[in-house]
Amino acid sequence: MGLSHESSGLALIKDEYIVEKEVNHTVIALAGNPNTGKSTLFNYLTGLKQHTGNWPGKTVANARGTFHYGDEDFLLVDLPGTYSIFANSQEEEIARDFICFGKPEITIVVVDSTSLERNLNLVLQIMEITDNVVVSLNLIDEAKRKGIKIDVEKLEKELGIPVIPTVARDGIGVEKLLNTIHNAKHSYSPNKVKYSSEVENTIYEIENILSTYLNKSQNIRWISLRLIDGDENIKKELKTFLIEHGFTDEPLNKIENIIKKHENIDDSIVTTIYENAEKISNEVVTIEDNRKVNWDKKLDDILTSKITGYPIMIILLGLIFWITIVGANYPSELLAKAFFSFEDKLTYLFTKWDVADWLYGILVLGVYRTLAWVISVMLPPMAIFFPLFTLLEDLGYLPRVAFNLDNSFRKSGTHGKQALTMSMGFGCNAAGVIACRIIDSPRERLIAIITNNFVPCNGRFPIIIAMSTIFIGRLVNKKYSSILAAISVVSVVIIGILFTLFISKFLSKTFLKGVPSSFTLELPPYRRPQIGPILIRSLIDRTLFVLSRAIIVAIPAGAITWIFANITIGGISILNRTANLLNPFGTLLGLDGHILMAFILGLPANEIVLPVLIMSYMSEGAMLEFENIETLKNLLLNNGWTFITGLNFMIFSLLHFPCGTTLLTIKKETGGRKWPAFTFLLTTVVAVLATFIINIVGKFIYSFI
Amino acid sequence: MENSDNIISLKNLPVGKSGKVINLICKKSKRRRLLDLGITPNTIIRNERVSPSGNPIAFNIRGTVIALRKEEAEEILITIL
Repeated sequence: MGLSHESSGLALIKDEYIVEKEVNHTVIALAGNPNTGKSTLFNYLTGLKQHTGNWPGKTVANARGTFHYGDEDFLLVDLPGTYSIFANSQEEEIARDFICFGKPEITIVVVDSTSLERNLNLVLQIMEITDNVVVSLNLIDEAKRKGIKIDVEKLEKELGIPVIPTVARDGIGVEKLLNTIHNAKHSYSPNKVKYSSEVENTIYEIENILSTYLNKSQNIRWISLRLIDGDENIKKELKTFLIEHGFTDEPLNKIENIIKKHENIDDSIVTTIYENAEKISNEVVTIEDNRKVNWDKKLDDILTSKITGYPIMIILLGLIFWITIVGANYPSELLAKAFFSFEDKLTYLFTKWDVADWLYGILVLGVYRTLAWVISVMLPPMAIFFPLFTLLEDLGYLPRVAFNLDNSFRKSGTHGKQALTMSMGFGCNAAGVIACRIIDSPRERLIAIITNNFVPCNGRFPIIIAMSTIFIGRLVNKKYSSILAAISVVSVVIIGILFTLFISKFLSKTFLKGVPSSFTLELPPYRRPQIGPILIRSLIDRTLFVLSRAIIVAIPAGAITWIFANITIGGISILNRTANLLNPFGTLLGLDGHILMAFILGLPANEIVLPVLIMSYMSEGAMLEFENIETLKNLLLNNGWTFITGLNFMIFSLLHFPCGTTLLTIKKETGGRKWPAFTFLLTTVVAVLATFIINIVGKFIYSFI
Repeated sequence: MENSDNIISLKNLPVGKSGKVINLICKKSKRRRLLDLGITPNTIIRNERVSPSGNPIAFNIRGTVIALRKEEAEEILITIL
């Protein structure tokens, strides 16, 4: 590596953490416990739409953004939320390494005023690494509501660093915070934790040894503390990077022998820090809880109760789907009408300009029509579903879901946080797979990644909603059909969750054997959802993102499908030839060749499965225009669909192989082709078996009716 | 030293009751994780609620409600207050 004498040593060990920045940017790190409003502050300062949610572990990688204040440009780095930075988990390691080796000029620790004691623990730990710490005493309004008073001046004096009360959500106190970091050109002198004389003496002994190899600018006290704490990484790094300064096994052994003399000394560091936090907190906090009702507790009593906990979960989910189904109906129809009346205009123009038939076919009948389908079928449900789901997420309901469901996951041998990553899959499985980073144990993370696909993403919801409306909602009086359709969608989701649990258990017993590692799940206080940001975030970030991806895929898919449908070999189109080839297998699964082909062509994105299927049916002659869901029903019935076809189409869509984006994400997250290939195979086998069995049983039952 | 008769595992702390941590009986990384959560000797922990299926249990630990599976709670020894 060729380190020069000046640059060598721990301070520059990790080159990767040195932020690539414009010369004049001041680097600010944003640290804090989970759920303290770190990401909210980040968004407020940078205007970036960093996705925040009221559940722990949301920031899985460092988000970066810039902002300008006074005459200074700042680069803000949002670190993962952690209780501690002793590097017990990947997130803690990321946070610690950045503060330690990324050399931020200032570290802002965002602190939850409603639980100061716990949050001070992290502040004290960070103060051991760097002097330039500023505390943002956030959620001060919530603390006030809960009757918690904090003596800010006293807290500043106790810590020896600036403490600024803030309400990041509303931007209160942020100006003062900015002013503080803007003027923070000098170092503060934080009151570092004093340990027991036993620890302090040991620190002194180790410092003596280390000072031979490290220069004064490096935080020798902190490195000594880490060594006492038994931090293996630090040992490894010392050995690797100080070898040219003569740091061999000998001094390390000496240090280890010093530490060995003191039993349980490593416990005493973490204990002392917490005790200090407790002491400071007791001195500066006064609580006068004069609220008449504790809403958090009341809500939790209902949402996690033995009697109402599960029914409410199902009802809430059902309600979301019902609103989505009912609400999407009319806008979908409007959009379709608009698109197809524009198609008439396009047709008129193409005829007028005398465009070749094949070009008209590819562009209008292929590309444009697929696009029209994708947008009119997908946009309305997404635009309703995403904001509703984000609302629940913001409120803090998801950790309660995880709390309620954990026992099932535990019995399946998996991690409790899998309930959270599963919930993220509802939006997009690729996002769900990325969210699996919050699970530390590699075995449980893999299980969560592999099974994430069993919750339907937004590309698949339109299929499930359409099939539920056509084949199940219509079983009853029109008045109740939307309710029955919603129940059907919920049932499909529950089937997906059951498959998640079942396959997880199967993996735990076979390919990924092991017992569940320990896990902790924070149940954060409920927060007032921010309606404005929810709309912006869910509509722009999620809806438009998913839709634009679908559109990008739909364009070539539409063209290819049309071409296949119109190039004939021996009088039969390639499309029909392929469909005919797949038909025997499709029939075995209660589907048909066209459906299987649509799923295969839909590999890049699930959103195009339905449009491709419709086009391939329509290419057989019956050229009908989409008006409403009734048209779709007739088209399907004309192509020989039965109740079983509709049901199996939903089930196959629920269980089948993940889309291309998700497979690529799995490859990236697991670092190889093995696990995406495994996931592809496993899900396909599961989907084939499930639909095969439904078909056999269904046919059997039908033979009696 | 506390009377050993009063020492129970955190798993058996009834809902709504508080206890004081005596010791952790697990070792290594598991112990570290629990300590890092603020479950250090003399910490007061309250059982806030139990999941509808009986496991995990949500405890108030230093101002934050954190759910632990019974397997972890079992390894934390407390005295009921």
